[in-house]
Amino acid sequence: MDWRDRGTLLSLRKHGESSVIIQVFTEGHGLHAGVVRGGTGRRLTTILQPGAQLEVVWRARLDQHIGAYTVEPLQSRAGLLSDRLALSGLNAVCALLAFCLPERAPMPGLYTLTQALLAAMEDSDDWPLDYLHWEMALLEQMGFGLDLTRCTVSGRTEGLTYVSPRTGKAVHAEAAGEWIDRMLPLSPALVRSEGVGLSDLLAGLATTGHFLANRLAPELGDRPLPKARQRLVDLLARE
Amino acid sequence: MIDEDPDNGTGGAPASPEPDRMGAATDTGAIDALIDLMARLPGLGPRSARRAVLHLVKHRGRQLAPLAEAMRTVADTARECLNCGNIGTADLCPICQNNARANGQICVVGDVADLWAMERSGVFKGRYHVLGGTLSALDDIGPEELRIPKLLDRVVSEHVSEVVLALNATVDGQTTAFYIAEQLGEGVEVTSLAQGVPIGGELDYLDDGTITAALKARRKF
Repeated sequence: MDWRDRGTLLSLRKHGESSVIIQVFTEGHGLHAGVVRGGTGRRLTTILQPGAQLEVVWRARLDQHIGAYTVEPLQSRAGLLSDRLALSGLNAVCALLAFCLPERAPMPGLYTLTQALLAAMEDSDDWPLDYLHWEMALLEQMGFGLDLTRCTVSGRTEGLTYVSPRTGKAVHAEAAGEWIDRMLPLSPALVRSEGVGLSDLLAGLATTGHFLANRLAPELGDRPLPKARQRLVDLLARE
Repeated sequence: MIDEDPDNGTGGAPASPEPDRMGAATDTGAIDALIDLMARLPGLGPRSARRAVLHLVKHRGRQLAPLAEAMRTVADTARECLNCGNIGTADLCPICQNNARANGQICVVGDVADLWAMERSGVFKGRYHVLGGTLSALDDIGPEELRIPKLLDRVVSEHVSEVVLALNATVDGQTTAFYIAEQLGEGVEVTSLAQGVPIGGELDYLDDGTITAALKARRKF
């Protein structure tokens, strides 16, 4: 059987002397692995870089086989190699996707957002806020979405100041009560798409980081989050 | 044809037994073992290993014996340089032993093969530091798994004024380069190899990543 799709390369590792196994986040087939014969050769090593957008054809005798890819480049991310922060962002995106996504489960919405984020990393200085919203979308896709539209206690829609670390739902300032010390901040960066300062951005990342590390990661075999994410946060804090 | 060189290593010993009636050579365990070992080398498979071994046996005086001797010597003496990670036959490699190479420059490479490539060019006159790989977010290779702490020590102890980052133009290579530059801070000049159009390269045959990098790094002509 075979299919054609486009996707973003997340990782690759050597397989034998001249081949590689790549993981591609594809538009129509989700996270999907495959062997690329001759992947260590000079022509393909320039193409097979994390973040690269590829057109892929996957073939296998049976669906449950790992199968083999042939690849053609669509968009390289070489422009990010000279930008320390954007390169760190690329690493974080690829590492988180490889960490979180189940195999062969299509997620076209998240795929589209990921492409937009990677394009923004090359074109825009405001991409860190897009990255925060991308993490929120990732949590949503994995079943740990944040509901920041109304207070989970009172139902109020204004004056929302906190996020419950347990449910991911918004909490009004007056409804926090005795749990106020345990609440996460509801940073404006989580709900606004512009006009956000660095401190708000970092507060937002602290909130999404809490759910990634303490709710999502335990469900995925209790492995620690990829270090690439913390490295991005550390670099942003130094900006 | 068997090599007519008088020093053919046989020392007058009887010739190998004739193949038996079934066509299979007898008492070839050592040769089969050699073929099996050579077939595991990079770039060689069973067929090419058989050809190589047959060639060596036919030229045993001129090639097989010296090759065996050289391999034995390297097996007994090869080791990593304690200073830079290069491969040599002493605790310090020839580059680290050469005081003329202590010019205040260290060129950081990912692998010994990269060091050898730089040395073949003959352009760089300082010393090297071999990291032993690159940082990898996905393979969980961190600074502790590489020789980065040792590099930081050498920059201080050897009074280094410039660190040249000669790492691969890949995501992992550049991530490693940025990390090292951060760790080195302001006390030393940090430079990196240029990236872009290779010598002899035609634009029509270059990938868009290389063209992008070359355009970004353009300079006054």
